[in-house]
Amino acid sequence: MIEAKSLTRRYGPLLAVDRISFTVEPGTVLGFLGPNGAGKSTTMKMLTGFLPPTEGTAVIFGHDIITDSLAARRIMGYLPEGAPLYGELTVAQFLDFTARARGLRGRQAERAIAGSVDRLTLGEVLPQTIETLSKGFKRRVGLAQAILHDPRVLVLDEPTDGLDPNQKHQVRQLIRDMAEDRIVIISTHILEEVDALCNRAMIIASGRLLADDTPQGLLRRSRYNGAVTLAVDDAQVVASKLSELPEAAEVEIRRGRLTVFPSGRGNLFDAINRRLTEHQIRIDEIQLEGGRLDEVFRSITMEEAA
Amino acid sequence: MSQQFSGNLGTVLRRELASYFATPVAYVFILIFLIMAAAFTFYLGGFFEREIADLEPFFRFHPWLYLFLVPAIGMRLWAEERKYGTIELLLTLPITATEAVIAKFLAAWLFIGLALVLTFPIWITVNMLGDPDNGVILAAYIGSWFMAGGFLAISACLSALTRNQVVAFILAVVVCFLFLLSGLPMVLDPFRAILPQPMLDAIANLSFLVHFSSISRGVIDLRDVLYFALVIGFWLIANRIVLEIKKAS
Ligand SMILES: Nc1ncnc2c1ncn2[C@@H]1O[C@H](COP(=O)(O)OP(=O)(O)OP(=O)(O)O)[C@@H](O)[C@H]1O
Ligand SMILES: [Mg+2]
Repeated sequence: MIEAKSLTRRYGPLLAVDRISFTVEPGTVLGFLGPNGAGKSTTMKMLTGFLPPTEGTAVIFGHDIITDSLAARRIMGYLPEGAPLYGELTVAQFLDFTARARGLRGRQAERAIAGSVDRLTLGEVLPQTIETLSKGFKRRVGLAQAILHDPRVLVLDEPTDGLDPNQKHQVRQLIRDMAEDRIVIISTHILEEVDALCNRAMIIASGRLLADDTPQGLLRRSRYNGAVTLAVDDAQVVASKLSELPEAAEVEIRRGRLTVFPSGRGNLFDAINRRLTEHQIRIDEIQLEGGRLDEVFRSITMEEAA
Repeated sequence: MSQQFSGNLGTVLRRELASYFATPVAYVFILIFLIMAAAFTFYLGGFFEREIADLEPFFRFHPWLYLFLVPAIGMRLWAEERKYGTIELLLTLPITATEAVIAKFLAAWLFIGLALVLTFPIWITVNMLGDPDNGVILAAYIGSWFMAGGFLAISACLSALTRNQVVAFILAVVVCFLFLLSGLPMVLDPFRAILPQPMLDAIANLSFLVHFSSISRGVIDLRDVLYFALVIGFWLIANRIVLEIKKAS
């Protein structure tokens, strides 16, 4: 379990992280969402023991990151932002260093490295110098280093940033596999990733925790949640017909597509269907919206800025 | 605890040395070190002309050799880690910052020691030409290595101040230069008006040249070696503090 207690970090006059508190249980993939400069990386640097908090602390499975830092670090794996690596070493040398630094020796170290190499399919590049690897491979070496000692907590700062779709998919699969009975904390700018990967999401802006919910919970905050979008021939006419419905609050037309927002009275989708049949309006497409994360993200973070 | 301490030291030290030899930097450094050492000894030192079987002309120039070459090794120690962000990897491993500071210093110090050992042809030459006191030579080698350690500890500490290796190099050369010459009027004069005589004497006593001159003549005084050991200790503690302050930025 991780307990962050009022974590705060200043850089000179700048308040980068402002009293963030949360508790995370094993089995959670927690996503940090937030605009650039929100304080996501700074929070991760404090959790992993790199930066001391200006105020507050965090306890990682009973180990306080300030008073019991080494023990806390021992059970964590960390991929810093941009996946920094010792470029002049070979992959094998680098993983060997990590294993030793994690206190693994001999057979134990070999097994840990082999497991990590296998999981990230690094076998073919083991003798290669890190700086000559492609971005995707570098990122995978960074991940291999983070999971090598089978940590109970994984902190990954933008793990899929800059990867091609196949690599993204692979990394997400890895994170899902690791998630069972562990705690994984990732930061990301990719909103679908939160939906696809996380069972909990936090929106951070200007150093403050603005929302802490499941991705579904966040989607429900969207004004698109329960809205119906249609593709029809004559959008204007259809719009005027549908806006009369008591179930509809508002109708918007964008690029020939019509979105009807629910008023909260009755079932909007059924009502629209009935109305369309009554008037014998032919539609090309109809879709019930679950909600749009980007819109929730914008409204929560812009509200803050305003 | 101590076993873990030495284990962690060894781990970081091995990684550092692996990095040295993974790039041409190590070989270039050693080559330049040997060429310069030989040039100083044979041309400036008048090794053959003196017709004395000792290595005084060789050791006499070590302070000047180290003035530029040791900061060249030390400049990357922390500046590079900070520039590439690997410091975040290093300091989130279950390794203390103190262990990292000591291990990085030791790796570079051993590396300079290796360069020093590779000057052995000069020692062979002098033994072929005459009958030198090899005990004196060994003592001078050890003294020289300790002086290099002093230069290195200064360079390492200053390298933690910046992520720019060129800045780290220049800072280190300047500070090393001051330490080297602190006994000379050039450095002392500006302080003469404002500091009392005992303080001036203390500054003069900090001079690497003063402490090394007897060593290079083969008079190894334990106090001189202790002096360099204290310099190393002081600057490594400073390194540890600078690191704590600067790692965030
Ligand atoms: N070393 C530093 N010195 C001064 N200010 C810093 C430092 N590191 C970060 N900051 C500032 O702190 C704030 C939070 O930065 P942080 O890197 O945590 O944001 P982030 O949420 O990770 O952003 P991004 O999504 O762009 O990675 C920013 O305003 C940033 O400019
Ligand atoms: Mg960031």
